[in-house]
Parts: sequence; structure tokens; C-alpha cells
Amino acid sequence: MPAVKETIETVESIADYEHGFITDIEMEMAPKGLSTDIVRYISAKKGEPQWMLDWRLAAYERWLTMQEPSWAMVNYPTIDFQDSYYYAAPKAKIELDSLDDLDPEILETYKKLGIPLREQEVLAGVKGAPRIAVDAVFDSVSVATTFRAELAKSGVIFCSMSEAIKEYPDLVRQYLGTVVPVTDNFYATLNSAVFSDGTFVYIPPGVRCPMELSTYFRINAADTGQFERTLIIADKGAYVSYLEGCTAPMRDENQLHAAVVELVVLDDAEIKYSTVQNWYPGDKNGVGGIYNFVTKRADCRGARSKVSWTQVETGSAVTWKYPSCILRGDESQGAFYSIAITNGHQQADTGTKMIHLGKNTRSRIVSKGISAGKSNNTYRGLVSAHAKAKGARNFTQCDSLLIGDQCGAHTVPYVEAKTPYATFEHEATTTRLSEDQLFYCRQRGLSTEDAVALLVNGFVREVLQELPMEFAVEAQKLVAISLEGSVG
Amino acid sequence: MLNINNLQVEVGGTPIIKGLTLQVPAGEVHAIMGPNGAGKSTLSYALTGRDGYEVVGGTATLNGEDLLELAPEERAAKGLFLSFQYPLEIPGVPTLTFLRTALNAQRKARDEAEISVPDFMKLSRDVAKKLGVTPEMMKRPLNVGFSGGEKKRMEIYQMALLDPRFMILDETDSGLDIDALKVVSEGVNALRGPDKGMLVITHYQRLLDHIKPDRVHVLAGGRIVDSGGPELALALEADGYDRYKDAA
Ligand SMILES: Nc1ncnc2c1ncn2[C@@H]1O[C@H](COP(=O)(O)OP(=O)(O)OP(=O)(O)O)[C@@H](O)[C@H]1O
Ligand SMILES: [Mg+2]
Repeated sequence: MPAVKETIETVESIADYEHGFITDIEMEMAPKGLSTDIVRYISAKKGEPQWMLDWRLAAYERWLTMQEPSWAMVNYPTIDFQDSYYYAAPKAKIELDSLDDLDPEILETYKKLGIPLREQEVLAGVKGAPRIAVDAVFDSVSVATTFRAELAKSGVIFCSMSEAIKEYPDLVRQYLGTVVPVTDNFYATLNSAVFSDGTFVYIPPGVRCPMELSTYFRINAADTGQFERTLIIADKGAYVSYLEGCTAPMRDENQLHAAVVELVVLDDAEIKYSTVQNWYPGDKNGVGGIYNFVTKRADCRGARSKVSWTQVETGSAVTWKYPSCILRGDESQGAFYSIAITNGHQQADTGTKMIHLGKNTRSRIVSKGISAGKSNNTYRGLVSAHAKAKGARNFTQCDSLLIGDQCGAHTVPYVEAKTPYATFEHEATTTRLSEDQLFYCRQRGLSTEDAVALLVNGFVREVLQELPMEFAVEAQKLVAISLEGSVG
Repeated sequence: MLNINNLQVEVGGTPIIKGLTLQVPAGEVHAIMGPNGAGKSTLSYALTGRDGYEVVGGTATLNGEDLLELAPEERAAKGLFLSFQYPLEIPGVPTLTFLRTALNAQRKARDEAEISVPDFMKLSRDVAKKLGVTPEMMKRPLNVGFSGGEKKRMEIYQMALLDPRFMILDETDSGLDIDALKVVSEGVNALRGPDKGMLVITHYQRLLDHIKPDRVHVLAGGRIVDSGGPELALALEADGYDRYKDAA
């Protein structure tokens, strides 16, 4: 399998963290700290209308009354929210007609990212390049959006959130905060007050989005919290597949990331949302790394609507993330496919919530957790059925793989059924990467690293298959890279 | 070809192989028989470099090269293959994916070019036909849910595909039905050759009816206690291991 071989070569070609470089571009920053003035500053910088500013300020007031949650199985030093920057924008001109106008350093950054090579080709219009539309978030401001015109032909709107606020205020006002309310949780409320930018997608009724949509997020400036806000709406009978990929350069201080993603799915529509996240996990001693507190939720509002979340989480020092589905429409379906890998001193507390409200709603959860080194990996899942959710069905499969004997895997399933007519099934396994299997592979000629990559990719195969093809290969490599040195 | 001299192996601090000497010249097939717990599998693990099988004395060379200082995958790349007494299951990894990865890893270690996908597909199909391995089996995750006999057949399939120079077969016959034994034995015989060698560990003459050994050795109490021609196996079948009790 060439992907595995490539993995090994990739592993050999990188020192520690591959994406640990910092782009030297002039930054425009807001002063450190958080106050109504900062909220006003962010809003003013982005030229937002009054309603948006009011929305932010209300969120900020609310946030002041809230407490940071402590129930997750993660430990980290207290975050000083006044010791962080909440806005950073590259000073270069950002409204572009073509790629030539892009700051060469920013282009260089994309190049260094390695992963978006394909996107580079797409950006450059190389013949035969895959048709993927990219919206790149460079720190806090969306820098380049491609294929906009072609998407527009089919009526698809794909732009930065800032633009959407100005150009499609009615759509934004109709849907923003309707899936994740401003008051939802500490991090979501903070995001509502200070969100920097993000992606907005609207697929009109009956339209199948003609290409994969993809966003690469990076966190660049030191000490800037990153607060993306993403809103995707699939109108009746629409379909879209969206991929979010993330890398962050190496930084000593821990950086806070608190994104909010809202998906709205109307009658007979479908959204596939895939995430590949390999943010800086901190060094060998557990110093530095990203704190990732994300709220992702899909509202299957329409009958027969469908959502699937697929995630490959290999990065960050601390991950707190539960992509969820509200299955409101009758016969709506939600799926959650997850690979969460922790190594070194990483901590991940992740899972999903499937809230069955409509009749004959279905959900499926496949979670593959891999822990190595001294890391801790927790699956936390809630499946609930409302009194009206007759015929609701859930199947949960939760598998943990342990590599070494200093790591931990935990499974915390919550189940609530308020109707007797719901069927919930849960299966869980925990296995240790076996010495016997490793030896068997090595006897056939594989190096230990090859063998680990092969065995682990086998373990997560069911989930990898849910990713769009071109990203599955990438994810497969990431899986191997993130476990480098975990055995032998 | 394979040269083992006064080999001593400990498992968990307990001496299991206690000074074993054995030569298998190129082109020959030698059988090893012996009571349960004699150390036959231990010998095969020590030769292939499994962790926990600690060589505390003696030497083992393959074509003059010291095996004992090599990592298991390096020994594999030198052409040493073990057909396991208890083959492992590799969930989620299709058999063909596993084998192509293994074959290319070995080729790379030997500075040979990777096999192309079409060449590999052709090779894997040809070998499968000879050994009665179905296309459906090749697509399934390696050994997962395979019956005991199917796993053994799959070991020999792997062996034929990797085309090793020295082969150790640890109780390949156990679990195989009568027809399978014939097919698999034919497959094994096809891999014999003037520059190849084999060590066939078995409890039963029926395998040796198909794979005719040049020499038969009796391993008991961690040593070779007797050696002879093919007729020795027949004698053992009749009399058992009683007469070696003291020798061990
Ligand atoms: N970890 C261990 N600690 C102590 N003794 C061990 C350990 N592992 C294996 N042994 C012992 O080593 C001896 C040799 O075992 P081995 O598997 O090599 O026997 P064998 O000749 O292959 O037997 P069989 O014909 O049943 O396959 C046995 O007595 C076994 O109990
Ligand atoms: Mg044995």
C-alpha cells in the first residue's frame, strides 16, 4: 500500500511538528484582553452593521455571567482570557481579483502547509486539478476564495462570514445562532461575542453542490485566540459535502481555539461535514499546543434530512468537542464517524450527541479512539429520544485502541429515552495493540513503524471510508505521523 | 544454508532450548518432530527474532550471515519465512494490502524496485489459483474470521507470494482437511529448489507423505536427540517418544 510507504517517508522527512513555522507578515492587532470596547473594535474593523454589533454585545454581557465548564476529563492551567489577543488581521490588501494580488508570503505559507498542494493547483487553475473550492482563513480574515463564480452559477453561496454579513444579511439573520444559541455554553457564547471570521455556505433548494467545499484554517499570530464561525444551510433537497482542515504553526504559549459550526438541513437535504484536525499538540513534555473547545451542531429541521459528521482528530493539546445532531424532522438521520488519536501528553474529550425529536429518526455513531504515550482519550456520547420520537433508532460502536501502558481510554455513554418505542444499541471494545500482531507483521518484512501504521489504519478503516477519497489518503498519513515513535 | 550451533534460548528466564545444533544444507528439507512443549515453536521464534525469546548462547547463520543480530524484518528481507503455528488476525487490513506492503518492504530492504500494481495483481491471482485461495478471501481482512484450516492455507499463500529462501513451517498440517493438505503440500513442494531450504515442524507422518523430507530430527527437552532419514518418522509414529525420555 503506497500510502503507508509514503507515510514512512513523510515521517522520516519531518523533524518534530511539520507545520511549526511562523509567517512573518505585518499584523494588525487589537490590544490584548476582552471588554465591550474590544467587541466594538472587532465589529468596527469588519465594518459590520448595527444588528451584528448588538448581537455580539449581548453575547458578551451574557458571557460575563457564565462559568467555564469543568465536567470534561481534561486538565489544563486556568486560561486568562484577558491575556489573549482577540483580533489579528494581515495588513496586506485583502480584497483580491486574482491570485497575483495575494501577498506572496501568504502564498508561501500555503505552500509550506504541504497539505493544500492540491488547493494550490486549484488556485492556480492547473488542468486536471480536483475540483475543490477553497476558502482559506488566514488567522482571522478570509483571504482568498476560489470558484466563487462557478458556484454562483448554480446559486451556491460560498464566502467568508464577514462578507455574508454584509451581502446576505437576511440569510445570516434568519439562521445565525438558531442551531447553537448565543447562550449555549461558555465557549460558544465567547465565540458569539468575538468571532473573527469563518465560512458561510448556502445551497439553494434542489441543488447538488457541484464540488467539494473545503476550508483550511491555520492559527498564525502568537496569542490570538481563534474564533471561527461557520454556518452552512442546505435548503430543501440540497446536498453539499464540506471539508474543514486545520494546521497551526508551533508556538510556545497555549492558544485558545473556540469555534462554532452550525448546520441547518431542511426537508430532504443532506450535509456531509468532514474535519481533519492536526493542530500543534504541544512538545514532548506537554508544553504548548492548542486548546480546542469547539461547538458543532447540526439541526435536521426538515423531514428526511441527513447529516454526517466525520472527524479525524490528531492534534491539539486539549480537545473538547462534541459534534451533535438534532433530529427534529421526521425520518431524519444523523451520523458521527470519529477517529481521535492522542499521543504524548495530549488530552481529548470528544464524542457526539444525537437528540431524537422526530418520528422514525435514525442515528449511527462509530467512534475509534487511539491512545498512545501518556495521553488520555475519552469518548463522551449522549443519545436521547424525546417522547414524540417514536421509532427512533441508534446504533453506537465505540472502539478504543491502547498503544503502550501509560495511556488511558474512557467511554462515557449517556442514554435517555422518554419513549418506550426507541431502540438504542451500544457496543464497545477496548484492545491493546498486540505485540503478537506486531511481530507477525515484522516477520513478513514490515518495520515496526510500518506495522503500527498498518494495524492502526486497519483499526480506523471503517471511519476513513467515510471521508472523501482524496482526504482519506491524507488522513491515513496523518494517523501514522501522529503515532510516530509510540512503539519500540 | 541454515547453520545452528549450540543454540540456547530462554523464555521468561526459563531455559527452553538447551544447546541445539542443526544444519540444513541448501536444497534440503528437514523435518523436526518431538513431544508437546519440547521447544519446537520456541526454536522457530528464536530464529525469526521474536521479542521475549532470548538467545543466551550459541550461533545461527543463514548463508553465512549472522541471523541473531538482525531485527525480525531484516531477517524476513534476507528470505527467512515462518509459517505460524497460530497465525494472527489483522483486522481492517485486506489480505492483498497486507501482502503488497510486506512484499514491497522486503524489496526495498533488498534495494529492489517496488512491484507494480498490475504485476502484483497478476502474481497474487496466479498463486491464489494454485493454492485454492478464493478472490473473496484475498479481499477480506487478513485471517479475520478465517477457519483454522483457512488460516494455514493463507500462511502458505503468503509464503508462495513472498518467495522466501528459507522456510520454517510450524505445524502447517494441523487444521487442514485431507484435500487441503494435498493442495497445500503441492504448493510447498513447488517452492523447493536447489538454493532453498525448509524446516518442517510436524507431529504426523501424513504431512511427510506429501512433503518428503531429506532428514528427520527429534527435538526433545530443548535438544536434538536423534536424527535420521525419512524412515525415522515412521518409527516414531509406531513407537512414540518414550525412548528419548532419558536423553532429554
Ligand atoms: N513465557 C514462558 N515462560 C515459561 N515457559 C514458557 C513460556 N512460553 C513458553 N514456555 C514453555 O516453553 C516450552 C516450549 O514451548 P514450545 O511452544 O516451543 O513447544 P512446542 O515444541 O512447539 O510444542 P507443541 O508441539 O505443543 O507446539 C513449553 O514447555 C512452554 O510451556
Ligand atoms: Mg509448537
